[in-house]
Amino acid sequence: MRRLVAIAAAIAVLSACEREDREFRPPPVGTEAEAPVTLSSIAPGTGPAERPGEMGQAYEENAYHLSEGKRLFTWFNCKGCHANGGGGSGPALMDDSWIYGGALLNVVQTIREGRPNGMPSFRGKIPEEQIMQIAAYVRSMERQVPQDAAPGRNDDLMPRPSEHRLPARPAVPGGTVPPSGQAPQ
Amino acid sequence: MRSSFLQCCFLAAVLTLSPSISRSQPQDGRPRPAAPAFAVSPNDADWATPAKNTAGTRYSELSEINTQNVNRLQVAFTFSTGVNKGHEGAPLVVGGLMFIVSPYPNIVYALDLTRPGGPLKWQYNPKPDASAQGVACCDVVNRGPTYSNGRLFFTTLDAHVVALDAGTGREIWNVKLGEINRGETMTMAPLVVKDKVIAGISGGEYGVRGWVQALDAADGKTVWKAYSTGPDQDVKIGADFKPFYEEDRGKDLGVSTWPPNAWEIGGGTVWGFASYDPDLDLIFYGTANPGPWNPNQRPGDNKWTNTVFARDPDTGQARWAYQWNPHDLHDWDGINENILVEVVWHGKPRKALVHPDRNGLVYLLDRTTGEVLSANFYHPVNTHRGVDLKTGRIRINEQKYPHEGKVIRNVCPTAPGAKDWSPSSFSHQTGLLYIPHNNLCMDWESTEANYIAGTPYVGAEVRMYAGPGGHRGELSAWDILAGKEVWTIKERFPVWGGTMTTAGGLVFYGNMEGWFKAVDAKTGAVLWQFKTSSGIIGQPTTYRGPDGKQYIAVLSGVGGWAGSIVSGDLDPRDSTAALGFVNAMADLKQATTKGGNLYVFALP
Ligand code: HEC
Repeated sequence: MRRLVAIAAAIAVLSACEREDREFRPPPVGTEAEAPVTLSSIAPGTGPAERPGEMGQAYEENAYHLSEGKRLFTWFNCKGCHANGGGGSGPALMDDSWIYGGALLNVVQTIREGRPNGMPSFRGKIPEEQIMQIAAYVRSMERQVPQDAAPGRNDDLMPRPSEHRLPARPAVPGGTVPPSGQAPQ
Repeated sequence: MRSSFLQCCFLAAVLTLSPSISRSQPQDGRPRPAAPAFAVSPNDADWATPAKNTAGTRYSELSEINTQNVNRLQVAFTFSTGVNKGHEGAPLVVGGLMFIVSPYPNIVYALDLTRPGGPLKWQYNPKPDASAQGVACCDVVNRGPTYSNGRLFFTTLDAHVVALDAGTGREIWNVKLGEINRGETMTMAPLVVKDKVIAGISGGEYGVRGWVQALDAADGKTVWKAYSTGPDQDVKIGADFKPFYEEDRGKDLGVSTWPPNAWEIGGGTVWGFASYDPDLDLIFYGTANPGPWNPNQRPGDNKWTNTVFARDPDTGQARWAYQWNPHDLHDWDGINENILVEVVWHGKPRKALVHPDRNGLVYLLDRTTGEVLSANFYHPVNTHRGVDLKTGRIRINEQKYPHEGKVIRNVCPTAPGAKDWSPSSFSHQTGLLYIPHNNLCMDWESTEANYIAGTPYVGAEVRMYAGPGGHRGELSAWDILAGKEVWTIKERFPVWGGTMTTAGGLVFYGNMEGWFKAVDAKTGAVLWQFKTSSGIIGQPTTYRGPDGKQYIAVLSGVGGWAGSIVSGDLDPRDSTAALGFVNAMADLKQATTKGGNLYVFALP
């Protein structure tokens, strides 16, 4: 009898979880011309500039893409310059200050085109799909992604609380303050 | 074996646990180490090269400011460099002009000391490629220009060496020696030897193959170039090469001590201070860590990384070499200063070289042969048991070997070592060495490093923390012959700047909170201190001004590897930020802020 109850309970639990979709062949990622990637919050005329849209949001809600992003972040040596988000020769990525904007498409553009003060351009080196995964992961370091999708514990030395345990932060639209223009803080 | 290991660490621990200023017997009647004759300049007025003289003693004969009156020292003038990164440079003074190089963007300023307040005379902006900032491992520092014969020589972050007319700031030549797309940068202060400018490449964390070059001071043309890894021909090892120890002899060791082709991206960069002995006609300099940090990817001794070379300055041919740390396990660059001193060792005079290494040992070498006379601990160490003086080889503690995928805890000293680049000074007066250093331990996990040109090639997760005692830095006076500490001053943060000593019986140094201090060279008593605007990691210097008065100069402006948490706004929640240094420096943001300023002091 006990056994039966246990089996029934297991079935009930299992059927309750809905397996996350894993897209092996994702829809083609939009080109830059279609995607508004604005770095400024002013635009002449009508009002605030159009901020980067919702595009790519699916990547941020998907645990598979985020964990792939995390693996690739190490694989492409992002970690060498940005550490585990706290920064090194490159700026911290887990904090809420963004030089070039913290929206997904801003980060995608940063990775693809590089940035003048030492961020290499990975254009042609990382497939577009993987850039999206890495960018989504970068956003998870600041916990801009749903908690249940964010990566968990590392297998390696724990550098900081894992992504899914970091507190969610309100998105900061981003600015363009070059490091040389920053006042001492 | 094991008990002697415990003993060494116990001793080291006792040393650091002793009270803030502890004194042991000074040198008892034995002849004191002395500066070589070529480093003595009785009529000192200028400070023309960061290490003061080619022996690297950083000692000035000026004594107007001394232990009696230093408590009255005041600010004479200040100058903003306009740069917010780490200021590791030395203000130089020659003939009434002061020269400073800022960190990236490497602006050179000349200040006119003949006029009140030292106004700007000229300024030179080399406009280095901004992308170079990404491939500078540990802040975008510069360790200062060098003056010789009417010219000022310096390196830029994007790997140029530039010669300026010191009087006008006009560019005489500007040569590009490295490629930032391969991770090559330059931070070193060049050394001028006869008619040659000696400069090396940085980038040991990016799989750069290290080298040093001699350029013709007249036009910047390369006279010779010696790599740190690869075949003997590239390393300039030939018939003249006579290393003292067996293990450094053999053909093409720069190839055979590596897995196939690993030497091509094997590090051994050259970015510390070089020294020169005109009597022996030899230059001495160290090579940095092998790449990647993860040692499991490069079985073998990895020659000639972490090595001190003695070379003929005219041809570049190596005369001898000694590897401080064969098969480096912990990023222990062998680039720390080699200060040239004369000692009497077991009754015989020896031309010696003293070197506080990252591995926690102060070495005394015979600089004519490369023989290790002694090697003694100045930092708590549990990763090795010191040097076997018969073979010259360091004895590793296998328990701390950083096997891949395993977190090794409580490793002392850390990746920046017992002491990083921060140069010691040698007082011609007391015969003591003044060593600015760290007191840190770390956790380390080796991970697989993946070589992508122009990106880091490290393969380690590291986090550092304070060593035994809880303080993170010290300034220690060191008895070179006895091989032990005479006194030490504990500091909250690593002492990341250089030290300077004077005939006034003083040692000058700054701490990362921004205090600039004058210390009694004999006792370690702090006689005067002044709080500058930002943490100090620069090299103090002194000079006699055109008005005949003695001045003391230092750059304030926190940064460098230790201070990049502030200069780079890093996030202390990530213990591995700045290659693990941030974990040990989390409270630096509360202690200081960034900003580069020159401070010059004088008596009223
Ligand atoms: C060689 C070192 C280096 C590598 C490798 C590197 N970065 Fe960067 N990164 C930088 C630097 C330096 C900057 C700052 C650029 C600037 O200010 O112009 C930067 C900036 C960024 C920014 C923008 C931050 C902001 O505040 O706007 C993001 C996002 C970023 N990097 C992500 C990555 C990712 C993802 C990778 C791996 C694909 C990577 N970086 C690899 C050095 C590096």
